[in-house]
Amino acid sequence: MKLDLILRIGVKFLLPFVLLFALYVQFHGELGPGGGFQAGVITAGMVILYAIVFGTEAAKRIAPQRMVESMVPLGVLIYAGTGVAGLLLGKNFLDYSVLAHDAPHGRELGIFLVEVGVLITVSGTMTALFYAFSERGR
Amino acid sequence: MQHVQTFIGHYNYFITIFLMVAGLYIVIARGNMIKKLVGLALFQTSVYLLYIEPGKIIGGTAPILDPAFKVYSNPLPHVLILTAIVVGVATLALGLAIVARIHEAYGTIEEDEIFAREAQE
Amino acid sequence: MVLLTLLAAITIGVVRTRNLFGVIVLAGIYSFLMASVLIVLDAVDVAMTEAAVGAGVSTVLLLATLHLTKSMEYPRPRKAYLPLFVAICTGAAIVWGTYSLPPFGTPDNVIHRHVVPRYLADSVKDTMVPNVVTSVLADYRGYDTLGETTVIFTAGIGVLLLLKGRRRRRTDQPGERSAP
Repeated sequence: MKLDLILRIGVKFLLPFVLLFALYVQFHGELGPGGGFQAGVITAGMVILYAIVFGTEAAKRIAPQRMVESMVPLGVLIYAGTGVAGLLLGKNFLDYSVLAHDAPHGRELGIFLVEVGVLITVSGTMTALFYAFSERGR
Repeated sequence: MQHVQTFIGHYNYFITIFLMVAGLYIVIARGNMIKKLVGLALFQTSVYLLYIEPGKIIGGTAPILDPAFKVYSNPLPHVLILTAIVVGVATLALGLAIVARIHEAYGTIEEDEIFAREAQE
Repeated sequence: MVLLTLLAAITIGVVRTRNLFGVIVLAGIYSFLMASVLIVLDAVDVAMTEAAVGAGVSTVLLLATLHLTKSMEYPRPRKAYLPLFVAICTGAAIVWGTYSLPPFGTPDNVIHRHVVPRYLADSVKDTMVPNVVTSVLADYRGYDTLGETTVIFTAGIGVLLLLKGRRRRRTDQPGERSAP
């Protein structure tokens, strides 16, 4: 039990910083290295670490299985929706320049939205994969 | 002398191709399925190296625009390889799911034993 | 470079090791070394993704499968000369192909022309995003990224289809499965 205790307390300290780092990587993907994929994988890694140390039941309380499984198509929907929004406003598919008052701001908003979509899909998929693999073994 | 100079200049490519050959050898020659998938992952990462190495400019910097730097390494291979890495992990996940189901169906993940069992039926 | 030689040594270790747990740990070390090599090559986005994906998710999934299949070692491999010969021939062919590549790191390479100077010059003007990799990935080549996201989605759906539901005992009748 002693070794278990060190791991539990350490992980409890560490997890909020991991989540903060994942959000930092996501939102600063435009100014430095980063972007949707890295942030999604780091978020999923945080949930997996929590599940490894505290058990899958505890992890399913903070990331319920139905929510995780519905995050998987939601991100693709956001991405395609941003593309179709460009279509509905009169220009080509995935043309972001019509989303705001002028072209550069529109494209920046479009990039932001698609990165959010990618984050949701990637983190949902990795967590759902981990849940599926660990469910099978019991 | 010309060959030695070419060799030094191309040492990176040689190591990358050695990694590729090793990954290919693991996929073809080993019978355990999990090891085959690990070999496939090694092969894929060596291909990423092969794509990114010609893009580097000695004296350049990472392709994030900043007024203090003038020369940047080529960002186009980075974009393509970013996609490739994520597709690679998706393939690995599917492959591992299939390996788990094969183990449930046959009781083993050795290729030779599965062939023998199929040949008996 | 020293890092690349270390990578080659780790790969030889992966080929020769027979304990599967050791193979997975060595693959994680390989991923970290690959991320370091990528940073030296100025590919910071790629290095972050490779480290997170290769040493994170990939290792976790391999360990989960190892737990499911529960086979630790595998028996003596048969002598395999033909695959070794095929692999070495393929390697020799590729080495012969890379002879005509320009030396490492020169700025007047062919791939630095055509479309990349336009991306580097216009990225801040068109999109106000300094990270050229993100702007190319999400804006100039956004269609490819939509395809990639769909691939991740498909892989997730595929694995969920394969692995959800109750685990059947092998002595059951093949046919009906219990509902997931």
